[in-house]
Amino acid sequence: MSKVQVETRINGEGVEFLCEPQQTLLEVLRETLSRTGTKEGCATGDCGACSVLLDGRLVCSCLVLGVEAEGKEVTTIEGIAGNDGLHPIQQKFLERAALQCGICTPGLIVATKALLDKHKNPDEETIRYWLAGNLCRCTGYDKIIRAVQDAAEELAYEA
Amino acid sequence: MAEAVDYKVVGTRPIRPDGVDKVTGRAQYGADLNLPNMLYGKVLRSPHAHAKIKSVDVSKALAMDGVYAAVSGADFPTAAHGDIGGEGGGDVADVAKNVMARDKVLYHGHAVAAVAATSQSIADAALAAIDVEYDVLTPVLDVDEAMADDAPLLDENCFTANLPEKPDKPSNIAAVMQLARGNVEEGFEAADVIVEGDYNIPMAHQGYIEPHACTATINEAGQATVWCCTQGHFEFRSMTAKLLGMEIADLKFIASEIGGGFGGKTVVYLEPLAVLLSKQSGRPVKMMMTREDVFRATGPTSGTHCKVKVGAKKDGTLTAATAWLAYEAGAFAGAPMGPGAMCVFAPYELENFHIEAFDVLVNKPKVAAYRAPGAPQAAHAIEVALDDLARQLDMDPIDLRLKNAVSEGTQASYGPKFPRIGFKECLEAAKAHPNYTKPLPEGAGRGVAAGFWFNVGMQSSAEVHINENGSVIVVEGNPDIGGSRASMCIMAAETLGVEYDSVRALVGDTESTGFSNVTGGSRTTFATGMAVIEACEDIIAQCKARAAATWGVDEDQVEWEDGQAVPAPGVNADVKPLSLADIAASAHKTGGPLLGRASLNAQGAGASFAVNICDLQVDAETGKVDVLGFTAVQDAGRAIHPDYVEGQMQGGASQGLGWALNEEYIFDKNGVMENAGFLDYRIPVASDLPMIDCEIVEVPNPSHPYGVRGVGETPIVAPLAAAANAVRDATGVRVNDLPLSPPRLLDAIDSAE
Amino acid sequence: MGPSGPCAIDAAMAKVVFPDHLLQHTGGERELDVVAANFRELLAVLESKWPGTAEVFAKCAVAIDDQIYQDAFLEPLQPHSEVFFMQRIEGG
Ligand code: FES
Ligand code: FES
Repeated sequence: MSKVQVETRINGEGVEFLCEPQQTLLEVLRETLSRTGTKEGCATGDCGACSVLLDGRLVCSCLVLGVEAEGKEVTTIEGIAGNDGLHPIQQKFLERAALQCGICTPGLIVATKALLDKHKNPDEETIRYWLAGNLCRCTGYDKIIRAVQDAAEELAYEA
Repeated sequence: MAEAVDYKVVGTRPIRPDGVDKVTGRAQYGADLNLPNMLYGKVLRSPHAHAKIKSVDVSKALAMDGVYAAVSGADFPTAAHGDIGGEGGGDVADVAKNVMARDKVLYHGHAVAAVAATSQSIADAALAAIDVEYDVLTPVLDVDEAMADDAPLLDENCFTANLPEKPDKPSNIAAVMQLARGNVEEGFEAADVIVEGDYNIPMAHQGYIEPHACTATINEAGQATVWCCTQGHFEFRSMTAKLLGMEIADLKFIASEIGGGFGGKTVVYLEPLAVLLSKQSGRPVKMMMTREDVFRATGPTSGTHCKVKVGAKKDGTLTAATAWLAYEAGAFAGAPMGPGAMCVFAPYELENFHIEAFDVLVNKPKVAAYRAPGAPQAAHAIEVALDDLARQLDMDPIDLRLKNAVSEGTQASYGPKFPRIGFKECLEAAKAHPNYTKPLPEGAGRGVAAGFWFNVGMQSSAEVHINENGSVIVVEGNPDIGGSRASMCIMAAETLGVEYDSVRALVGDTESTGFSNVTGGSRTTFATGMAVIEACEDIIAQCKARAAATWGVDEDQVEWEDGQAVPAPGVNADVKPLSLADIAASAHKTGGPLLGRASLNAQGAGASFAVNICDLQVDAETGKVDVLGFTAVQDAGRAIHPDYVEGQMQGGASQGLGWALNEEYIFDKNGVMENAGFLDYRIPVASDLPMIDCEIVEVPNPSHPYGVRGVGETPIVAPLAAAANAVRDATGVRVNDLPLSPPRLLDAIDSAE
Repeated sequence: MGPSGPCAIDAAMAKVVFPDHLLQHTGGERELDVVAANFRELLAVLESKWPGTAEVFAKCAVAIDDQIYQDAFLEPLQPHSEVFFMQRIEGG
């Protein structure tokens, strides 16, 4: 199958790759580029494990074609922490024990980043609806919601 | 609630040692290993639920560019019958046929062939080029149908086990089990009130978010390495060895991080295929299930049909009970009907009871363990019946349970007497909980139910290495599925008397640490924890000997206190205490590095009880249920890391609520699952649930140094009935079948009007 | 000084109880009094009474004086110990 050449930026770094036209961004990230922090839970857009930001917008990377990344900025879980350490969202997930197996965690953290970029002070209902596309089978969401609330508070305080 | 014990680290909530890797995407899960020159393996699955395989021809696939291996049933050795090991794994020959069909396919999605190719798209094209000829048979799709005398047979060699005499003809009933005591007729005669119910629950899936995945590579000498997500890499190793006729020592299994299991990752599906494909191609092979594969071909839990009858005196004292419990096994024998039978009446004192249970073959995927396997379905039946009973007696449902609750010394329905347990304590804590008396909004309902699970011990190994600066490395063999590294570090720090931060835990592969059974059965913190504690005690004994040698006193003149060796009281030695760091620093002079180890088969797992309170509302227009509040009370024995104990309770509640309200396998008349994706098999999402309030009761298990009982499974037992009872309370309508999905509830409400 | 003589030995036997699904191996006997110092000896007694059953019983879980063992072997039996055979318990 002939491949397409794509130029994109991933977590601030210029990246070029070749992909088959039908390959998803998720498959390219994981299998071609070995950026395996982004997870696959369903490949049909139903679980959110593959959440990434595409030009700042939250998307399921399993529903985006690799070729669609052309000229765009992709932010994955690997790009959330800064050089000076964990992002407050990551820190709060740890402090609140908001992960058990952790497979949903990268997607949830990326989705939370998108949420808090948009809503500075979301109430519980807003958080629950915003994260409704990110399945977690282990936690019952309780500690995740609390981690997001804590992170929102901390970020508001920092700002 | 906790009995006062002076622990420094046990009971605290530190950050898990593997946490940073898991919030940054560094942690590697089953599908995250990419090796140079690697191929992608894929499985061809049966389009029929029941058919004879006439032929499988992979030659066209094998001839394709980029395809390097193609296998079918004929390429596997014939496996002899025998126990495969693991959790409910079943018979070796059955697992072999489940992994790759031989002469028959027994469910839609059953594996019939596999290929390995240079890309996923080529692998897909290769699957399409495989020719399979089938002779389609009538599928048997539900448990009642399967038990009928004239039902088509899945297996002509299946004769019902456990009957007094071997039956003269085969049947879909693979096994029966009975438990009985007293005289049931007399018991019912003595009753003032009798309630009865007939309860159906369809198959449901564990629903872990990470699909099964592995990467295997085998060299010319036949030595293979398999990296995979598993609840037990040692057991995966032995299963793979049995299925492929390999020497165990030629197989090395490395457990990746695991993205959920709940019992479903205790048996092999892909691993033997990947090894075989790697052998044929001479290259590493990675295999990843799709979500659809996971639903169609990996272990759901049994669909069940249960009947329960209970009698009681006016004051609530139970006089007799019967249970008839039929469990779907799926395509091969091994439904968890035994535990179901042993659990159904376990929480209650009963003089007279009779329990019958059935393990029934149907043309659906073979069931696998799912959190307290078999218990939730049986508990749903009895706990709903008890709720009906409480209503008829006009009695508080918790009081009814308190009146009949088992306690230490009660003869359990499954045989022996109960040792120290915390059921009454849980009931009392639930009754005293503010959520139990909190006023409900207009139209809402509240339901209560109890749950029980045995928990198990089994084999574990652990080593403890003391670094040259006194920091500690714990090596054990249980994949960390929900924070167990943190628990191990806590128990090691507590035992040694050092800081939590100076301890690290790692999960060794099958060649770097001793055998350990699966992470399952709620056993890891209990049994592996016990091994870690014993390995630390081994270190302490060595430290005391080193200190004695340093001071020139006898070993029994040294004690270990707060992480340091001190002279025993009354010993007249003018010496400074020696900390673990001091002893480690001079270890090279006193006998070399400090290495402690322990291996054991832990006995005395403590039964864990739970009581749940569920508040919900039903939309009369749509039948949709809104869960308003959920309170989980459970006896943990001792919570080593309370956050992760609560996490188990909250996660189990969420899974139980999903099972109660929405989740079900829906099959068409040909046995094709119609909802094999997360869109239509709807597990709870964040907006479906409220906060889940937890109350940890601590009645220590006398068989564990810190009192641990194990907490992972009990949380899923009670929510099914708690939700059903709340729906009854909210609507005035009793619906016996699950799930309480909008159409079913609307129907029930409409026909009641 | 306690009582002595043959009566005391009879009284000092462990009581073994079999559930329904094992009765096919015990000729229908539900209970048996056995003199054995540990579980291994108990299995030997059962095997000599019902030849060919050792493997069946060894695979069972067993409760000895209220404590459940998935893999009993050398566990000691006291005089008057109660031994219940059970189905093995699995977990998720
Ligand atoms: S993998 Fe993309 S939504 Fe599930
Ligand atoms: S922590 Fe396991 S799926 Fe969320």
